[in-house]
Amino acid sequence: MRTPVFILILSLISAALYFAFRYVGNDYLFFAGYTVLQYVVMATAWNILGGYCGYVNFGSAGFFAIGVYSTIFLYTLGQSVEEVFPEFLQAPMQLIFPLPLPILIVVAGAVAGLVGLGMGYLTLRLRGVFFAIATLALAVVLETFIVNWSFVGGSRGAYVIPPNEIPFFGPYIQFLFVLMLILVVLALTTARLIERSRLGVGFATIRDDELAAEATGVPTLRLKLIATVISGALFGMAGAPFPYYIGYVEPGSAFNLSYAVNAIAMPMIGGTTFWAGPMIGALLLSTLQQVVTVTISSAVNLLITGLLLIGFVILAPKGIVGLWQDWVGNKLKRSKS
Amino acid sequence: MTEPILHINQLGKRFGGFVALDGVDLSVPVGQRLGLIGPNGSGKSTLVNCICGALQNETGGVTFNGEKIDGMVAHQRTRRGVARSFQLPRPFRSMTVAENIRVPLLYTVNARRGSHLTRAELEDRCMEVLTMVALHDKASQSPADLTQVEMRKLELARAMAAEPKLLIADESMAGLSNSEVEDIVALLIRMNERGVTIIMIEHIMRAVMAFSQRLVVLVSGKKIADGKPEDVIQDKEVVGAYLGT
Amino acid sequence: MEFDLLINAIIAGLMLGGFYAAVTAGISISFGMLDIVNIAHPGFIILGSYIAYVFNMHFGMDPIIIAILALPAFYALGMVIYQIYYESFEKHGQDSLRGLAFFFGLLFVTEVALNLVFGVDYRSVDVPYIGGSVSIGAMEFPVRMLVPCLVSLAMFAGLQLYLSRTFIGRAVMAVSQDPQALQLMAVDPIRIKRIAFSISMATASLAGAFLIIIQPVIPSSGREYIGRVFAICVLGGLGSLPGTLIAALLIGVIESITSTFYGPSWAPAVSFGLLLLTLAVRPSGILGR
Repeated sequence: MRTPVFILILSLISAALYFAFRYVGNDYLFFAGYTVLQYVVMATAWNILGGYCGYVNFGSAGFFAIGVYSTIFLYTLGQSVEEVFPEFLQAPMQLIFPLPLPILIVVAGAVAGLVGLGMGYLTLRLRGVFFAIATLALAVVLETFIVNWSFVGGSRGAYVIPPNEIPFFGPYIQFLFVLMLILVVLALTTARLIERSRLGVGFATIRDDELAAEATGVPTLRLKLIATVISGALFGMAGAPFPYYIGYVEPGSAFNLSYAVNAIAMPMIGGTTFWAGPMIGALLLSTLQQVVTVTISSAVNLLITGLLLIGFVILAPKGIVGLWQDWVGNKLKRSKS
Repeated sequence: MTEPILHINQLGKRFGGFVALDGVDLSVPVGQRLGLIGPNGSGKSTLVNCICGALQNETGGVTFNGEKIDGMVAHQRTRRGVARSFQLPRPFRSMTVAENIRVPLLYTVNARRGSHLTRAELEDRCMEVLTMVALHDKASQSPADLTQVEMRKLELARAMAAEPKLLIADESMAGLSNSEVEDIVALLIRMNERGVTIIMIEHIMRAVMAFSQRLVVLVSGKKIADGKPEDVIQDKEVVGAYLGT
Repeated sequence: MEFDLLINAIIAGLMLGGFYAAVTAGISISFGMLDIVNIAHPGFIILGSYIAYVFNMHFGMDPIIIAILALPAFYALGMVIYQIYYESFEKHGQDSLRGLAFFFGLLFVTEVALNLVFGVDYRSVDVPYIGGSVSIGAMEFPVRMLVPCLVSLAMFAGLQLYLSRTFIGRAVMAVSQDPQALQLMAVDPIRIKRIAFSISMATASLAGAFLIIIQPVIPSSGREYIGRVFAICVLGGLGSLPGTLIAALLIGVIESITSTFYGPSWAPAVSFGLLLLTLAVRPSGILGR
């Protein structure tokens, strides 16, 4: 299936989903759906570096938070034009701000991508293990930095007040939902494109045997940097609308550990070698999490997620997609004999 | 006299206190079949790694085709025409045999200036290489399903697919039967006849003698002999240090 | 410059560093020598803290005594975890992604389980010597820091002696450098690695007791130690216990000075920032091999 056709199909499905929700008329669907879609983007983003290249990122929360706080920064900037800018710039700035959300998303992606590039350049020449630890370190450094930065609220947090309504969509949450749908299409298309291209082959060699990859002519550092930038940018873009979704952000919610765990658990449970694996993991896991949180408690929910991660890593390392592929493969073998 | 394809000048490499290579000089003319032998731990693998870029030498220089390649990373050297096979085969396990061969075609051959294989040409080239090593019927299998010999052939094939000017075969015949060894030697000679300079690192003396036009002996990081195979194996020092009686 | 403040910051830092050395000893063994990235180690330290808390609460025992009594349990836990790790990952060759995910999952599950049982309130222990302080001139040595620091250094010295003098200890050092040579000496490398890993797990018991003496603990306390521990390990040079000690003291002092003069909220950034810097500039560390 050629990529433009793929994009078309995904877009049609997305549109159908949106209109179906709209028909049902309950805003809760949009709120819950937004979270699920956000996880699909994050899981897919994580998998580009983690599943395809084999480089584990524990600091996903950090890149997500970069997106969150770049929005908060620009929003706050827009709110305080008089305090921040010199006289002669104030009038044009009043016109530019508040920046529309799609632009904020692009900016967030660019910033997160740049940070990924910088961090990657520092740490990707080392073994994968050191990279993983460095990502953890980065998330903490970022969090410390944000906590101490009063312009974006510091530890007290920041308020972002979205408009109540928006033309065509009606309630603002529907607009956010659609934006996230677009990001999902972008993320899935990117992952699938990579998988089917020369880049995907290169990523796989890095995962399988980096030394041999270099010896066969694969520019491993460059490819790893590309993966880090794409992954980081997607995370940042997923984080950009978050302040508008939630209204009040404090560092704890942006750097939430459950983002880091879910970003890893969802692809590993869904399947890391296939573009749809993370999506499957995200859909299953977030549904499960919603159910458990509502029926039991949110702490137990996290416990179950962690246990599932451990279980799958030990017993079913290729994830659900892998299990399905093996099952199909076995059926074929049995039908042949 | 034309430029040697590989020129190593006073190459030195240490690991902590251990001197792996101690001022090695080596000059390899184009098209030569060079055999490199020596006891375990003599620095042969370190030398290979320094030539190919898996390790960086500390002192001395490596010149390939007139160009200093010292600081370059491995993939840059591969693209310039240096290829190697690994002592212990390192296939890409998540890919099929054919896909393994596709990697150097995509990333080395296609990365060279002036060279751009179309998808169809790539597939043909891939099959050509696999046929050369008699693995064409295993093209869609996983490396895990291959025998020892086939793995080593895949390893060599992957290096060959990079269309190198210099190929370093690092102990590609360990553990193989007599006829299998002959197969590989014949393969390497065929490659050499197409213009590829080959350095063969081996312990199997039969193969070395059958293949080499020139023999170099490395002991404790130093070159102790360099010349015609029939002369070198008679050399007292070589016999004492490595060959025995 | 307030000289007194600086001196006391340095002293506090040194004592903190001594404690950090105990925290890091386990990782120094499992990661530095066995190449096992046990990022769950800080989680197990917190587990040790809570065990000390419970027994201190109910029986009034000294946390360090509790920790020593709990050593066999932690040792056994280490054996179980290593066995699972070995069977699932190490045996089949390099797949560090899954190993990392495994330990990350363990860390996460430990934290959440502690959350479920104990909630998010800060817990501390009730020990007679907390609150006291030894003074030498202008220098203050808070006892709640002094005691853990001294015991920690003792534990550290004990480990170093064990590794360099006993047969098994030397086998552990050997297995990190050349497992095959070990096999030639009729020693099973797997058994040695299992012993080493279990020892590293056992240190968590003591480190946990030290931690809860020094400061109150919540389940997520482990997280701030992950980076710190690896920073110390890398800075000190993987596999070198003496290097770990030096690095721990260094980081302790730097953190203490930063905390005193710039505020405690910057302290986490110190070790993590140092880690990033070390990885970028000199990955082999101060005394690394």
